[in-house]
Amino acid sequence: MSEELKTDLKLNLEGLMCPMPVAKIAKAIKEAPVGAVIEATATDPGVLADIPSWARTSGNELIKMEREGKLVRFFVRRVK
Amino acid sequence: MDSNNGTTIIVMSGDMDKVFAAFSIAIGAAAAGKETNMFFTFWGIKAIQKGNLTGRSLFGRMMGLMNRGGINRIGPSRFNFFGIGRWMFKKMMKNHNVSSLEELLKTAMDLGVKLMPCQTSMEVMEIPREALIDGVEEPCGVAAMLERSDRSRQTLFI
Repeated sequence: MSEELKTDLKLNLEGLMCPMPVAKIAKAIKEAPVGAVIEATATDPGVLADIPSWARTSGNELIKMEREGKLVRFFVRRVK
Repeated sequence: MDSNNGTTIIVMSGDMDKVFAAFSIAIGAAAAGKETNMFFTFWGIKAIQKGNLTGRSLFGRMMGLMNRGGINRIGPSRFNFFGIGRWMFKKMMKNHNVSSLEELLKTAMDLGVKLMPCQTSMEVMEIPREALIDGVEEPCGVAAMLERSDRSRQTLFI
């Protein structure tokens, strides 16, 4: 599914529960250059609601998010 | 960071569950790029103590002995049963992959959450500056907290 997206960094958030996935993605985004795309995988079903909210409040772009069984894969781009 | 878009949390409680909630919210706010402040007052101070014995007077020393503080020592608001509840909660949190309070504290500091100790609470409970963990701001009062609150869109009291 991710062939067409150029990913700059892969982040494994599997096993982490709220609030750690959001904390880790925020840290990774902060350290990445503007425009960078981060691909992350998580197992906490809470990220389905939390990552879109985090993207809206932090002003970053959630490119897409998909469920693969128990795994949630998402792509975020640093906007500013 | 946007000005006037911060989050300020007043942590009055020193209960494990409430402190857990306070840190989770702070981390979420800091992750969203907000200026995030936590003002620790009264029992909340216990969460940012190193855990060594404190107190000068008889009452102060008794208090320090009965509740040494330290993020790993604080117990839940219910079902603590002299520490058994704390042990049980820690175990359950670990079993469910939920971060420990210690990890939350470290993460919050990593994300730039500012930890403000209440000077008056420290005086009353006879907790010296050296008994607080490294990385907290200088002890302050209500005016300093309110100034941060002025810059915040949310101010929470826990």
